[in-house]
Amino acid sequence: MAFKVTIDGKMAEVPEGTTVLEAARMLNITIPTLCHHPKLTPFGGCRLCIVEIKGIPRPVTSCTTPVNDGMEVTTSTPQIEDLRKTVLELILSDHPNDCMICERAGDCTLQEMAYIYGVRENRFEGERRTYEKKDGNPFIERDMEKCILCGRCVKVCDEVQGVGAIDFAYRGFQSKICPPYEKDLNCEFCGQCVSVCPTGALSGKMWSRLGRQKDVKEVDTTCAYCGTGCNITLHVKGNDVIRVTSKEDTWNEGWLCVKGRFGYQFINSPDRLKKPLIRITPKDQSNPPFTHFAKGGHGGITRSQFKEVSWNEALDHISGRLTEIKAKHGADAIGGLSSARCTNEENYAFQKMIRAAVGANNVDHCARL
Amino acid sequence: MNKRITIQVCMGTGGMAAGGAEVLATFESLMKEKNIPAEFKKECSMHKVGCRGLCARDVLVDVIAGDNRTTYQYIKPDMVQRIIDEHVVAGNPVSDWQVTDDYHKFHEKQIKVVLSDCGNIDPEDIGAYIAAEGYKAIDKVFNAMSPEAVIDMIKKSGLRGRGGAGFPTGVKWEACRKAPGDRKYIICNADEGDPGAFMDRAVIEGNPHAVLEGMVIGAYAIGATKGYVYIRAEYPLAVERLKKAIKAAGERGYLGKNIFNKGFDFDIKIKLGAGAFVCGEETALIASIEGQRGMPRAKPPFPVHHGLWGKPTVINNVETLANIPYIIKRGPEWFSSYGTEKSKGTKVFALTGKVKNTGLIEVPMGITLKEIIYDIGGGIENNKKLKAVQTGGPSGGCITGDMLDINVDYESLAKVGSIVGSGGMIVLDEDDCMVNVAKYFLNFTQSESCGKCVPCRIGTKRLLEILDRITKGLGKESDIDLLLKLSGDIKSASLCGLGQTAPNPVLSTIKYFREEYEAHIKDKQCPAKVCRDLLTYSILEDFCKGCGACMRACPAGAIKGEKKKPHVINAGACIKCGSCFDVCKFKAVSRG
Ligand SMILES: Cc1cc2nc3c(=O)[nH]c(=O)nc-3n(C[C@H](O)[C@H](O)[C@H](O)COP(=O)(O)O)c2cc1C
Ligand code: SF4
Ligand code: SF4
Repeated sequence: MAFKVTIDGKMAEVPEGTTVLEAARMLNITIPTLCHHPKLTPFGGCRLCIVEIKGIPRPVTSCTTPVNDGMEVTTSTPQIEDLRKTVLELILSDHPNDCMICERAGDCTLQEMAYIYGVRENRFEGERRTYEKKDGNPFIERDMEKCILCGRCVKVCDEVQGVGAIDFAYRGFQSKICPPYEKDLNCEFCGQCVSVCPTGALSGKMWSRLGRQKDVKEVDTTCAYCGTGCNITLHVKGNDVIRVTSKEDTWNEGWLCVKGRFGYQFINSPDRLKKPLIRITPKDQSNPPFTHFAKGGHGGITRSQFKEVSWNEALDHISGRLTEIKAKHGADAIGGLSSARCTNEENYAFQKMIRAAVGANNVDHCARL
Repeated sequence: MNKRITIQVCMGTGGMAAGGAEVLATFESLMKEKNIPAEFKKECSMHKVGCRGLCARDVLVDVIAGDNRTTYQYIKPDMVQRIIDEHVVAGNPVSDWQVTDDYHKFHEKQIKVVLSDCGNIDPEDIGAYIAAEGYKAIDKVFNAMSPEAVIDMIKKSGLRGRGGAGFPTGVKWEACRKAPGDRKYIICNADEGDPGAFMDRAVIEGNPHAVLEGMVIGAYAIGATKGYVYIRAEYPLAVERLKKAIKAAGERGYLGKNIFNKGFDFDIKIKLGAGAFVCGEETALIASIEGQRGMPRAKPPFPVHHGLWGKPTVINNVETLANIPYIIKRGPEWFSSYGTEKSKGTKVFALTGKVKNTGLIEVPMGITLKEIIYDIGGGIENNKKLKAVQTGGPSGGCITGDMLDINVDYESLAKVGSIVGSGGMIVLDEDDCMVNVAKYFLNFTQSESCGKCVPCRIGTKRLLEILDRITKGLGKESDIDLLLKLSGDIKSASLCGLGQTAPNPVLSTIKYFREEYEAHIKDKQCPAKVCRDLLTYSILEDFCKGCGACMRACPAGAIKGEKKKPHVINAGACIKCGSCFDVCKFKAVSRG
């Protein structure tokens, strides 16, 4: 069923169940929000999205209110804007306001709101929450003094990731988002929570002071970790990737796993293989191959025992040796192990090659990366 | 001696705290020891009964001989012997210990419906409830009424929710009955989190079966198959009696499968709350039952459409439900004969503060505040001047001493900026500082805010901080306006009833006692002499006899003086505890 709704004088027809906020966005009408996230169930905590609806005596949150047929909505009146300003001042009265050193400066919804509403003086100055203890987990910086309790991290962890590693604790002014018993976060470290945080409360530990959003060039690409192929965006500063994110309008909806989001350091690693290598010395049976490849010492196989070659050379070498082994020992002497980091198509081609070209059934891949 | 003797010992939480259990045990063992003749013993029964209101006088004991009821007050175990000797055995009531006239006055202006059986029947004995016409209403409903007829009757009675908001109960039931859903629930809200409120606890402790009967009738009316009683774990006695009552009702077939062979199944489960005030809010309560953190959510959708586990759900207050059986039995006209045009029936209040008779009262809606305070409450303690009455707890406001003719009903109280609320009524006298009263309630609401929405979580904290600095003499001239502005914004912008009403105590104390705020801010004075930081203590030379009592009492060593010579307080060292003021026999310590 379609409902007719009038927002700020503009008419729209929306399907039943559409919220006032969604309807307004369809009409390109901006309503400020902090706790709302289009992929998560509505929360209604920040109160910025309040609007007036004809026939309802008090302001209501547009993010939680479903459209009714014939509804008439006004998104901005002096009273509404005044309430929004009070709400912002209250949030900022309990916020470090240290934008100068914040990772998210320039990319922070709270900062943006303060800018739009011109909040400089604060009528409601008072005690601010301060926390001594920092979360000791390896990936995620959790600066709870910057947390505005919008609840997005709690929701994404529960509704999207299905983990529920964090939740609200305590009451009143002391309310706080934390893992059970305030222990260090010990979860999947997918970082979905980081990606939905509207302020600088959650960020990647490894991103710290490497560059803010205005300094980076964004490069859209595909995650190379597995066949899923999530779309990612590299944040490049100079020639370094300093952060990886994913956009909401990708097929993976902006959600990543710990590897895609935080496992990007291999890109600039000196150990990274960039050209094919051919082993040039006979295998030393007492030492498993590759063990000390990177380090080079310890009487293991060292860098000098490999030769950098071109792709043509490498492929010739492989086909030559495969033909040779097959002729000498038969196809069953050959097995293929491919990588879970290849795409499905690549893996398909690989097994095809082993089965059809080589003629062996010994083929698998390291799906357990 | 042939008369049937009944001894009733008040064993509500008040009675228990005062030693009711020991008193009852002493009666039991002494009667046995006395070897009271067998025929007498057989006819003597002992009851533990629920709260009857005047908790200040516990332990209350009734000795009923035939038609004569004698009520004793302040009874301790060592007094039992004399009662047995003189009254039970010799037939001469002990006049010294009997309740005085004002005890009877306390009861005269009251009309007891929900509390009518509390204090008269043994709440742990379903037989006692049945003997007092209990479960007759279910009988009538199941055998002679359609669910629609029940809803009609409740609508006609004019009963409105006693949990605070005063929503018409019949209308709520009807909405739930009509809401589509394969499963429906009814929840009894026994969270009772307002500070100082104990109406619901008393009803459950004193007459749990009435609440259960109300729930069964509600379930039948809306078509619910399962009910929950959400009760705070801090009410162990109420929980225990409720458990016993549910079990007994199940055994008699008032709960369970196929009630009255009508093919209707209904069961009740107890769900313990952990004592968060906000869990009394219906959507938070539902979240809590579902195992989530008790945080409210925005309405609509309302619980009658989308409640527990997403199913249509009615939530009613304990007192609301306890009214139901009486309305069914006595008819809607009888119920609506009490009260005013829009507020029908009676209401239970917890009368506390500076009145002589504190305790639980049940009065018809529309009674004047004056009748409550002077006739039932016995007036102000120590003949002090009545300053204000705070109703509705942390969500309510105050009514000043010169508005005593006001009728106590939903509309009249709302008109003056207060509410009936769930029934807290605190009487304040000239020694109470209104800024401090507001601060007390804000301290409560800010720490009980669930933390979900900004205006309530941070706004109430800021209100409290401003009030706090005013009581410390650090208030600024602009603070009153700031309080008014912030209060208004919190009310308009908060998500649930907690935040929407939390500023009420501030608004109403400023409305009626603005000059008291100004005295704190401008003159750095607390007119009621409550705010410690604004007090100074000094010794009046002319009155001081140099006895040294104050010097010994002062924990800070701030008082010096030679024997028999006027003493002096060193203002710098004084911590303003008031010990000297309390201890001086010659009124030589001045507090200003
Ligand atoms: C913060 C807050 C606390 C509440 N606490 C209680 C409570 O302890 N008991 C209660 O019956 N209702 C309480 N209510 C009201 C309930 O939300 C609900 O309106 C009521 O239980 C409905 O029952 P009634 O219609 O019988 O009054 C509270 C409301 C709010 C906003
Ligand atoms: S990193 Fe992922 S699993 Fe861990 S708290 Fe954040 S959302 Fe939950
Ligand atoms: S008004 Fe207070 S209690 Fe209610 S949802 Fe908001 S923060 Fe929670």
